[in-house]
Amino acid sequence: MTANPVESTALYDIPGPHTRRRHRMYGVVSTVLILALIGWVLYLLFDTEQFTYTKWMPFEYKGIQELLLRGLGNTLKAFAMAAVLSLTLGTVLATGRLSDHRPVRWISAMVVEFFRAMPVLVMIFFIFVALKVQPLPALVAGLTLYNGSVLAEVFRSGVNSVERGQREAAFALGLRKTQVMTYVLAPQAVRSMLPTIISQLVVALKDTSLGYLITYEEFLHAGKLIASNLDYDLPFIPVVMVISPIYIGMCMLLSWFAQWVSRWERRSPKTEAVEVAPAEPGTLLRGGVPPTAPRP
Amino acid sequence: MIRTTRVCRALAAFTALIATAAVTACGKEGSPPVKGPAADKLPTYQVDHGFQLPQSPTWKRAKKRGYFTVGAKEDQPYLGEKDPATGTYSGFDIEIAKMMSASLGFAPKTIRFRTIASANRETALQNGQIDYYVGTYTINDLRKKLVGFAGPYYMAGQSLLVRKDENDIHGPQDLAGKRVCSAAGSTPYQRIKTDYPRATLVAYDTYSVCVDNLLTYQVDAVTTDDAILIGYAAKVPDELKVVGKPFSEEPYGIGVPRGDNALRFALDDALEAREKNGDWKKAYEATLGLSGVPAPTPPPIDRYPAS
Amino acid sequence: MNVLTDNFSIFAEGFLGTVELTVYASALALALGFVMASFRVAPVSSLRVFGTVWVTVLRNTPLTLLFFAVLLGLPRFGLVLPFKVFAILALGCYTSAFICEALRSGINTVPKGQGEAARSLGMTFHQTLSMVVLPQAFRSVIPPVGSTLIALAKNSAIAGAFSVTELLGTYKTLSELGYNIVWTFFWIAVGYLIITLTISAIFNVLEKRWGVPR
Repeated sequence: MTANPVESTALYDIPGPHTRRRHRMYGVVSTVLILALIGWVLYLLFDTEQFTYTKWMPFEYKGIQELLLRGLGNTLKAFAMAAVLSLTLGTVLATGRLSDHRPVRWISAMVVEFFRAMPVLVMIFFIFVALKVQPLPALVAGLTLYNGSVLAEVFRSGVNSVERGQREAAFALGLRKTQVMTYVLAPQAVRSMLPTIISQLVVALKDTSLGYLITYEEFLHAGKLIASNLDYDLPFIPVVMVISPIYIGMCMLLSWFAQWVSRWERRSPKTEAVEVAPAEPGTLLRGGVPPTAPRP
Repeated sequence: MIRTTRVCRALAAFTALIATAAVTACGKEGSPPVKGPAADKLPTYQVDHGFQLPQSPTWKRAKKRGYFTVGAKEDQPYLGEKDPATGTYSGFDIEIAKMMSASLGFAPKTIRFRTIASANRETALQNGQIDYYVGTYTINDLRKKLVGFAGPYYMAGQSLLVRKDENDIHGPQDLAGKRVCSAAGSTPYQRIKTDYPRATLVAYDTYSVCVDNLLTYQVDAVTTDDAILIGYAAKVPDELKVVGKPFSEEPYGIGVPRGDNALRFALDDALEAREKNGDWKKAYEATLGLSGVPAPTPPPIDRYPAS
Repeated sequence: MNVLTDNFSIFAEGFLGTVELTVYASALALALGFVMASFRVAPVSSLRVFGTVWVTVLRNTPLTLLFFAVLLGLPRFGLVLPFKVFAILALGCYTSAFICEALRSGINTVPKGQGEAARSLGMTFHQTLSMVVLPQAFRSVIPPVGSTLIALAKNSAIAGAFSVTELLGTYKTLSELGYNIVWTFFWIAVGYLIITLTISAIFNVLEKRWGVPR
């Protein structure tokens, strides 16, 4: 997909020798500029004394490392709970939206649309402040409501994307409605939507950091406790340099897993019956419309 | 696509490497050196083992589980500060919480402290997350409608913390056009907002971020109770100073659940006894007193009637 | 009910704060996203790498962490700006990664033959870009860009927790004043719905005018 220098694209022709030389010159200039930018940031880091011993010394101690690990554990705990509950809620709401009964369908649609339109932080604060719930359940409940609603839409479009013939054939075999759903439609839908589901879980993982704002003692909170300590010379930058690679790494591993699954999906002969739009993992932003598979 | 994946993978591998390095690294025991109160000089309090208070639901609940859960601040040097490494709390408020626990029949060691942000104090007391709260909690009539107050145990007053090189600010009257930082929803914040509207207010959830912003020239002054400010000034004496006379009276009380008058009066009695036998003074000298400010006389206890 | 009428000025201030954050951050996100997208499709490999790293890192960073880094970290470099500007920077940079991806996949939907045909007609690079590729790409990026900007409006709520005046932050003032917290949140929710529905209405109009069914 990325422009490949030897192939022509909509924008660029195959470069000739002259153009290639020019591109090489651009490359050198931009590399120099980017390196200069990196160098400037590094200079600023050194100039503002971000690498002094006092600022990094706290990380040497077991107590601090354990504090960070405890925070990381709490983040993962909130994520695991939110993931399981969102998948459950998503299934329930998707079932509701696919129901044959109009009121059920209508109520589910209302719930899904409302929670998808609300900022997840507003829900977390509402549950925490107005309903007076403890930080962890408030965070998990907020994440569950939001991600569950988004996942419901993903599941629904997944089920709708299964070829109509599959459903008709199953009914023709005399299967009941529930059986058609559980044995024929749901397995294929989940399989085709797996990359999108995992991408949504990346969003949930990222959003666990909102717990920091309601004093849930997660990873970022642990970082802030170290960073805002005057004894350690307020090591905000070192803390960011330590915790952000871990956060980004975790999210990236999950995104990469989603990408791997989608590639495995496309190779797998079992799924050939279902034509699925390649879900670009990670592109899903909170509130973004989940990519829907094309209907046959 | 292929290139993207490759870059992704390289980055992922790099971060995974850093993560494992962080996890497997062997650390030094103990906690990084701190400038705060030294723990070995803290006074000990005699535990009143036979104490009974069956009229108080909070006390009965604590008795059942065997310890008190106390709400505190985690970022106020010399008052209520949590050591990030060991997780232990220290400071004057913490000492008050400990001596109260001892008077109510629980060894101070058993207390479980919990950090509660200023804005969530009433909620935490109302829904039973904590049994009582000791953390620069100013007694006022509005809050008395939501929670009960034992004490006051200390009389603080709002003051200003500025950089050492600041020569323009001598008191709240000089704040016009200056950026002033305080904790969102706190009493000092509201006072500056109503009494000195020409100051530009900045709010954060914790004072240490305010102090940080002061040090980095983001704000020109930090305002809150002098006790808190003295604690910070003592941490960074080369860069910060407290200016002017206190321009308010902030009686610090111990927050308890609103209906629990039995607990409130028991805490009042306990405070009075500790002030009389010298424990209060010892606690002050071991914490706030390290800043060089001599111990004041504790304010009279306000036993307001149950309502 | 009278929470709204009694404190209309507080709500209005918060609402305008959110609108302001959304508008400025959207502008920044669109501009930066466009630059990054052009980097990612450029024939110069170092620019492509830069764009890819930018997008990959920002897309996998929790926004709260980014706010933390920008609002509390950047002042350590001696970069002193009002909190609102920091918030706009954080929101804009974060969203630019998603905008970039939307634009890039839009450009990728334009068939290769279109560009080849344009070039064979003797069009210059500038003409190919502005008369052939971008108009077609523009149509297919309207819906994803719209939903990204709606997400931006919703994400701006995080700024409130970092002491920027905006809609969610009003709950603190109002609960101090003793108003019913449930109604306060009700009106906050209505405020966010107004903003998100406005954005989606704008993009619906855009899509009707320029969108093409593929």
